[in-house]
Amino acid sequence: MKKLLLLGNEAIGQGALDAGLSGAYGYPGTPSTEIIEYIQRNPEAIEKDVHRTWSANEKTAMESALGMSYAGKRTIITMKHVGLNVAADAYMNSALTGANGGVIVAVADDPSMHSSQNEQDSRFFAKFALLPVLEPSNQQEAYGMPRLAYEISEKYHLPVMLRITTRLAHSRAGVERGKVLKENEMHLPENKDQFMLLPSFARKKYKHLLSIQKDLEIESENSQFNKYTDGSDKSMGIIACGLAYNYLMENYDECNFPILKIGQYPLPKMKIEKIFRDCDEILVLEEGMPMVEEMLKGFLGNPKIHGRLDGTLERDGELNPKNVRKALGLPKLSSKDIPEVVAGRPPALCVGCPHTDSYKALTEALKEYGKGHVFSDIGCYTLGYLPPHNAIDTCVDMGASISMAIGAADSGFFPAIAAIGDSTFGHSGMTGLLDAVTQKSNVLIIILDNDITAMTGMQDSQVNGRIEQICEGIGVEKEHIRVINPLSKHHEENVKVFKEEIAYKGVSVVIPRRPCIHVYSKKKRK
Amino acid sequence: MKKDIILAGVGGQGILSIAAIIGTAAIESGLHLKQAEVHGMSQRGGDVQSHLRISDKPIHSDLIPNGGADLIISVEPMESLRYLPFLSENGWLITNTNAFVNIPNYPDYDELMETISSFRNHISLDADKIAKDIGSPRSMNMVVLGAASSFLDLPYSKLEEGIKIIFGRKGEKIVEANLEAINVGREVAEQNK
Ligand SMILES: Cc1ncc(C[n+]2csc(CCOP(=O)(O)OP(=O)(O)O)c2C)c(N)n1
Ligand code: SF4
Repeated sequence: MKKLLLLGNEAIGQGALDAGLSGAYGYPGTPSTEIIEYIQRNPEAIEKDVHRTWSANEKTAMESALGMSYAGKRTIITMKHVGLNVAADAYMNSALTGANGGVIVAVADDPSMHSSQNEQDSRFFAKFALLPVLEPSNQQEAYGMPRLAYEISEKYHLPVMLRITTRLAHSRAGVERGKVLKENEMHLPENKDQFMLLPSFARKKYKHLLSIQKDLEIESENSQFNKYTDGSDKSMGIIACGLAYNYLMENYDECNFPILKIGQYPLPKMKIEKIFRDCDEILVLEEGMPMVEEMLKGFLGNPKIHGRLDGTLERDGELNPKNVRKALGLPKLSSKDIPEVVAGRPPALCVGCPHTDSYKALTEALKEYGKGHVFSDIGCYTLGYLPPHNAIDTCVDMGASISMAIGAADSGFFPAIAAIGDSTFGHSGMTGLLDAVTQKSNVLIIILDNDITAMTGMQDSQVNGRIEQICEGIGVEKEHIRVINPLSKHHEENVKVFKEEIAYKGVSVVIPRRPCIHVYSKKKRK
Repeated sequence: MKKDIILAGVGGQGILSIAAIIGTAAIESGLHLKQAEVHGMSQRGGDVQSHLRISDKPIHSDLIPNGGADLIISVEPMESLRYLPFLSENGWLITNTNAFVNIPNYPDYDELMETISSFRNHISLDADKIAKDIGSPRSMNMVVLGAASSFLDLPYSKLEEGIKIIFGRKGEKIVEANLEAINVGREVAEQNK
């Protein structure tokens, strides 16, 4: 069969579809977005009418998926690493309810923070929840793992995490497809109380979860994805997790050290014991945070274990062929330096972006109050922090703009302003707005409505066309919900609107509304 | 056979189309391929690169090792230099000379060109002008691909096939314009070699 040329993310999408997927849920987030985008445009998914729309946020996505699992069908939830924080309540508790139809929680981590606020490692979450993880090292494994994930998920009635990182998510390679499995028939859980977490049931379920850890370990022990390759040189043994395996092999034509390649967790204890016993030193290569290394080292440490914790590798950031080579103690490859003439080129708001005009008007309206008044959020509009805009002051987590403005206003700070994108507002701004209305906070909330979720590549925005109604429904007074058109020709009137609403003592909402300049070309392509 | 290629440019300049065409040509030639690309934040006018690896043997790393690239193909002159640490001793630098200035501290143009010219193995061409001259200004990226085509160790006909596959759904006219652009790029590079 001819190979398909797929991104790691697309391979997961195709793999899930071919493994009997009935519904995909998620909220966009780099580097995870292309899993659902692939399923959305896949002709077979369209023909079978696999559910494939974006959810309001990662938590609602995870819960919808649990509902589909309850009904006996196979499902996948996709998100970036910080999205798992939002879905954490559902994820942690799903370890106790478990799954009926197979559940894959596909999480894409972003070490080096190419497009993220932090570089947290989702494997820690899975360990915390006592749930299994599959971690592919290449696109073919990314295609194949959903199949195994559903098998494990339905055998042990547990959600399975599929953890990838940026480089695999966004790298293409040829992928061979396997047999296409049928979707599950609808069937409710055999055990009527499976999804009932009243304390008396939850206690039993937790004991059960603890009791099957050994079985999960045996699954890992026998997994084709945890491969031990012996080597003649026992001075060092190498444990390579996921993608790290590739950087290891890139540096050798033939590696004489024993290698344990890890692609399935919980860790296979016997295999780890073997490499630990057989080798003088152990090098742990893992993309993300030093989880396996920390487990092996223990609190009191072990001088035999090397990796990110003892400085053999940098403590933060992505792995690559170069830093892995250094960790292996191989001679540095000769290479040129970047010439001095090269200047940095950070990302910036596009020329003609609606956010630019919104910020111009806002900055002018705020002139008399000095700097430091605008709590903002995550999206293209975060780039408004950079020169020449210098228009906002904070970016923490999705929805934080509104809640932080409330807290600052509570302290007497004035004016307290929140600037949030439309998709971010739908994700987790609405609850903050409810707090503001309930407490009658003196805040101005600016909902930057560019018609779309732009930063992650133009996904539909859940609140599209309904923002005023939502604000009114939550309880903002109608006269203080103002829509403006962010164009330079309206600059003066826009400044006036901002000034008036800053002056109003209470909750006011201004909605600058103009589509992102890329909306039309994107919609045409669809 | 092994070719490691860095594609460089600014978000929105079309390096992913170049990658897709070379990638398709490689797959059509029965070769192994890995191609790491940049999505997300940097695509908003920031520097973007793609690591493209082609080989007749399986490829391990999605990223090219330092000093390992056979080619840097860039659609912007300053960006061509950003990835020099990846270029091998005898590697080639192939770049568009038309600057994309979206930062206040863009370097002095003459100094930039001097730095590029100081490399023995370089080909530079004003691909924006060439694309405009043939009446398809948006095919600048294909002109650059054309200039690099003889270094790829892929049959030229496979690249043409790649263009037909990648641009096929945009219509005959677009395919023709891109085929012309790659051809002109190739000819200009031949004359300047
Ligand atoms: C919890 C969480 N989920 C997802 C993301 C990824 N993300 C960053 S910005 C953004 C969307 C922003 O859309 P919008 O608010 O409409 O602003 P725009 O980019 O359109 O200006 C997303 C999904 C994130 N940073 N955190
Ligand atoms: S993609 Fe759209 S919203 Fe984002 S910076 Fe460009 S114009 Fe603005």
